[in-house]
Amino acid sequence: MGLKEYIIRRIILLIPVALGVVVLIFALLQVVPPERRVILYLTGNPREMKPETIRAYIHQYGLDQPVWIQFAIWLDQLIHGNFGFSEYFGEPVLDGLLARAPATIEIVLYAAPIIILVGIWAGINAAVHRDKPFDHASRVLSVLGTSMPSFFFGILLSAIFIATLKWTGPGRLTFRLDAQLSTLRGLGQWHDYTKLLTIDALLNGRIDYFIDALKHLVLPVTVLVFINTATLVRVARSSMLEALSKTYIIAARAKGLSQKEVIYKHARRNALIPVVTLSGLIVGGMLTGLIITETVFLFPGIGHWAATAAQHFDVPVVAAYAMFSAVIFVLANLIVDVLYAYIDPRIRLG
Amino acid sequence: MKIPEKYQPTIKEIKFILRKVKDSPLSLAGTAIVAAFIIIAIFAPILAPPQSYDPYIIPSDPTLGYKLEPSPPSPRHPFGTTRLQLDLYYGCIWGTRWAFQIALEVITATVAIGIILGMIAGYYGGIIDEILMRFTDIILAFPGLILAMTLVTVLTQINWKTIDAVLLSIILIGWPGYTRLIRGEVLRVKNEDFIEAARASGASDLRIMFRHILPNTIYSVIIVASLDFGGVVLTTAALSFLGLGAPAGYADWGRIIYDSIGFVSGGLRWWWSWTIPGVFIVLFVLGWSLLGDALRDVLDPLYRRK
Repeated sequence: MGLKEYIIRRIILLIPVALGVVVLIFALLQVVPPERRVILYLTGNPREMKPETIRAYIHQYGLDQPVWIQFAIWLDQLIHGNFGFSEYFGEPVLDGLLARAPATIEIVLYAAPIIILVGIWAGINAAVHRDKPFDHASRVLSVLGTSMPSFFFGILLSAIFIATLKWTGPGRLTFRLDAQLSTLRGLGQWHDYTKLLTIDALLNGRIDYFIDALKHLVLPVTVLVFINTATLVRVARSSMLEALSKTYIIAARAKGLSQKEVIYKHARRNALIPVVTLSGLIVGGMLTGLIITETVFLFPGIGHWAATAAQHFDVPVVAAYAMFSAVIFVLANLIVDVLYAYIDPRIRLG
Repeated sequence: MKIPEKYQPTIKEIKFILRKVKDSPLSLAGTAIVAAFIIIAIFAPILAPPQSYDPYIIPSDPTLGYKLEPSPPSPRHPFGTTRLQLDLYYGCIWGTRWAFQIALEVITATVAIGIILGMIAGYYGGIIDEILMRFTDIILAFPGLILAMTLVTVLTQINWKTIDAVLLSIILIGWPGYTRLIRGEVLRVKNEDFIEAARASGASDLRIMFRHILPNTIYSVIIVASLDFGGVVLTTAALSFLGLGAPAGYADWGRIIYDSIGFVSGGLRWWWSWTIPGVFIVLFVLGWSLLGDALRDVLDPLYRRK
């Protein structure tokens, strides 16, 4: 089987899961009575509507029809980008998601490479220096990383670095700079090229904004890295230990290759193959971690948005976020599978 | 006293486990931490006598006045107090019992569901297996906390008590893992000769499943369940931190931190109000994960004889 066929087969296998995700959320939402559930279809605030208008909507979206018809209508709405209206935020769900996505993308953009680099580096080194101080230290840290609730670590950091040392603050920017931003936009001195503040600041030539935005990213990124690196270190370590015990390593050593060459050229490449499969898990960890991290640091991304919605029992937002993260999670796993098959021919040929 | 011949292998096994645990300081630490928490949970009524009809409601100390800010640790309140002078010592002690109660309820339910469904899927295979596995795929397609959060939000819409909704939602995200684990184990042992022998001697399906297969799969379940103890408490705490969980003033570690969140802005000035319950969570999860690793070392045949 070629790589192309493998990818196509994986994508076809994904469809029932993706549909299942939507069905599950739909099934959960069935417990909410129709008068409340209609908000999942609306694009305006039901508070400002007359009861008969709402009844008309209930009829229009088939909430008085059998379940399968309701599901078909709902699916149709989702495909057309209608995820309902958020009562708490007073805006359509999709608008809210899109408005807050850049903040989250920015955190992930900084956190993901650090997690991968630090995780692999620490895992490989722990295996190479097995039972030496580095190995013990990385083990203690990774046990702490899995035992420490992310919110507690975040609170600890914000008590020290925000409240006591005042190095940085909550949110994406210092209040003063944030307030000036709209003025700058009005004057045409600030263009939103990417909506990622650190990159836009550089493109607009505002070093002060760049530094401020970066400072606000340090703590959330630290929390995400700390809680997500632990598993990666563990897997990289055991995978490297296994690679080091293989016969081709003994052969490489017997050939008289230097320790460095044996470790970095022969062992590490093979050790990294199973580590790739973990990236999917890390994406899941990030999606969860973002909810907590963004909430602790009041960082206006989609995690904070979903958490706030959950606190105010704003169903459409929470449902949309759940489906969104499941889709991202499933896609990440697809990419991981494809990468894995690409790196290791045994997978697609076996 | 002469020990009957029949029990000799058991005795040998116990001695082996004890030796293994004794040799590893981390396993010893894990066992000690978990043992300490179990003692705290059992003796909570003696360590911190309840003062109202519901022991999980943290009493407040009127002698400190009704000021909002936490009071520092004192002989009367060894851990200090938090918002509205709620006693932190009481909260942490009863929080331990609460954590055990939640974890036990959730794990009993998820393991029971996992055993029944995993056994059916693995033993009978075919269409039932296919349907059950696709269903677990769907649930595992969600990051756990997010699905739990969604279910809690939906259930509170129809006036469920938040805490019941939390329990149900953690069970919902927990069972697929056990189902898959047990299914895999059943597939591993179901073609062994001793199963064939049992079938040939006329044992019923139920008897084969519960007398012959289950005892061979239970060790991996025990290992995963002990690691899960910490995991369940972490998820509950995360939900509590989002305000989805026990009501205000309840002896739930996550809730106590949530109630103290306003005092983090004081930097380290009111440190005890959020640090102490946090340390309880960390130690609890740490203890169970060390114990889980230790159990893996002694129970899992892949690891044990190394």
